[in-house]
Amino acid sequence: MTAPGPTFHAPLFHPIAEHALLVEFGTLINHDIHAAVMQLDAALATREVPGLRETVPSYASLLIDFDPIETDHCAIEQAVRTCLSHAEMTSEVAPASRKVSVCYDADLAPDLAAVAEATGLKTEDVIAAHLRGDYRVFMYGFAPGYAYLAGVPESIRLPRKATAVRDVAAGSVMIAGPQCLVTTLIMPTGWWVIGRSPTRILTNDPERPFLFDVGDEVSFQRISRSEFDRLDSAGGTA
Amino acid sequence: MSRAELIIRSAGPHVSVQDGGRRGLMRFGVPASGPMDRLAFKSANVAIGNDPAATAIEVSLGGLTLECQSGSVDFAVAGGAFLVDHGEQTTGSWMAATLHAGQSLTLRRGQWGSWCYLALAGDVGATSWLGSTATHGPSGLGGGRLKAGQHLVIDNARAGEWIAHDFPCPIMARPRKLLHVTQGSQIRYFDASALSTLTKGLWTMTDKWDRMGVRLEGPSIAPHAPLDMPSEPVVRGSVQVAGDGVATVLLADHQTTGGYPKIATVLDADLDGMVQLRPREPLVFQVVEAGRAVSIARTHAHAVSRYLAGLKNRTGKVGT
Repeated sequence: MTAPGPTFHAPLFHPIAEHALLVEFGTLINHDIHAAVMQLDAALATREVPGLRETVPSYASLLIDFDPIETDHCAIEQAVRTCLSHAEMTSEVAPASRKVSVCYDADLAPDLAAVAEATGLKTEDVIAAHLRGDYRVFMYGFAPGYAYLAGVPESIRLPRKATAVRDVAAGSVMIAGPQCLVTTLIMPTGWWVIGRSPTRILTNDPERPFLFDVGDEVSFQRISRSEFDRLDSAGGTA
Repeated sequence: MSRAELIIRSAGPHVSVQDGGRRGLMRFGVPASGPMDRLAFKSANVAIGNDPAATAIEVSLGGLTLECQSGSVDFAVAGGAFLVDHGEQTTGSWMAATLHAGQSLTLRRGQWGSWCYLALAGDVGATSWLGSTATHGPSGLGGGRLKAGQHLVIDNARAGEWIAHDFPCPIMARPRKLLHVTQGSQIRYFDASALSTLTKGLWTMTDKWDRMGVRLEGPSIAPHAPLDMPSEPVVRGSVQVAGDGVATVLLADHQTTGGYPKIATVLDADLDGMVQLRPREPLVFQVVEAGRAVSIARTHAHAVSRYLAGLKNRTGKVGT
């Protein structure tokens, strides 16, 4: 990473418009920084902070959205500093393991050849590298059910494209930098699409509408085209 | 209680069902959605005695024509200066009347404004997703976009409670060209001059917009850092700049995190007015500190409550 500024630091507080505070713990994607984000998220959830509407965890920062009629940035920052100074440790929950199926056939993987060319690898080596990654859900974002998985191996990391491509299919398995995700909707994206999955992240189950919790471990399993077609037309179970 | 049945004869793009929105799910990638212009939406509902967050119809510049097939129902239209054709009458938005079986109702673009709202007195039948009928435009989840031929059922319909009348369009519901912003959290990814380029530059709305956001035309403010920073949370109002230097303001169906750097955030209090601007209309940005942002928001919220309270308590109800 060549981003300017420190990579891990005491939290920075950024006011966002009149209704949010962004608490930034660093500028890298790594487990320690994410753990600090999740720890603050858990600590705030156990407290009654007046005016707090919702929190949004991400790789390296936590967004705290509040009602500006009831509170303001200073009061929220104070509540965060109190949480941090009490170092309210939450017992680490053993992460669940989730499996996601993926088919790498060329017509389902429009950018696979470009990734191979940019990294100097053979197509099969790109696939092997992708399957080898240890993935963890670091956050949801971008669109409903878009779970960001960090853990893409170094050898196939590429920056995202300068401009987005429109109308990328739902179920696309795509990568950018150390991040990987499985799309849930037809959407524009600047990421590299290297496969397609029949596994549904938006489950349609009212009891559990989203497949992953933040913190879950995820592994990819390669499936054939016929298996993909069978699962995809069956509504994507497993 | 009675029921009214409507049929959609034609609907422009981006005409959708909306309620007060779906809050608290941004951590799962789900934005609040809800109306683009929340003040106009609430006004339409309050004008006919609905809950301010009741399910209503959001109408874009593409317009809407529907017909009442059975029953009667009071309705209100608020937002912009749209034209309302009701039976033989043509009036402007910010009006309420009763729609009877056999009558048609058309909402179409008028002198100014990009969005208006059709509120119906009763329970509008609509699909709910995660506890809300608000339509998330990119996915169509929630109540959904309206299409020609579609039926709309209003249960517990109230009719004839109001004499047909106009109500005032408040000045704060007009298009807003001066937008207050706070400095973005990722200002370090831009050149030192970027913020002054943002505030001194001449910006215009473009026709590249949807409910997720609108691209602006103006000076290039390309970030100087590579585009591989970790994605972080973004909000309705975030001004993000892609690698090509084009600024986009995120709106009601915004993504909840984004990897493109954010140079600023438009105050939520200014967004209802901003979305009423039309393509090619100019706008300017003014940077404010956090404390000033909160006081602007409180002044705005106070004015909105006063207006809605006045609307609720106005005279003109039949039998009062």
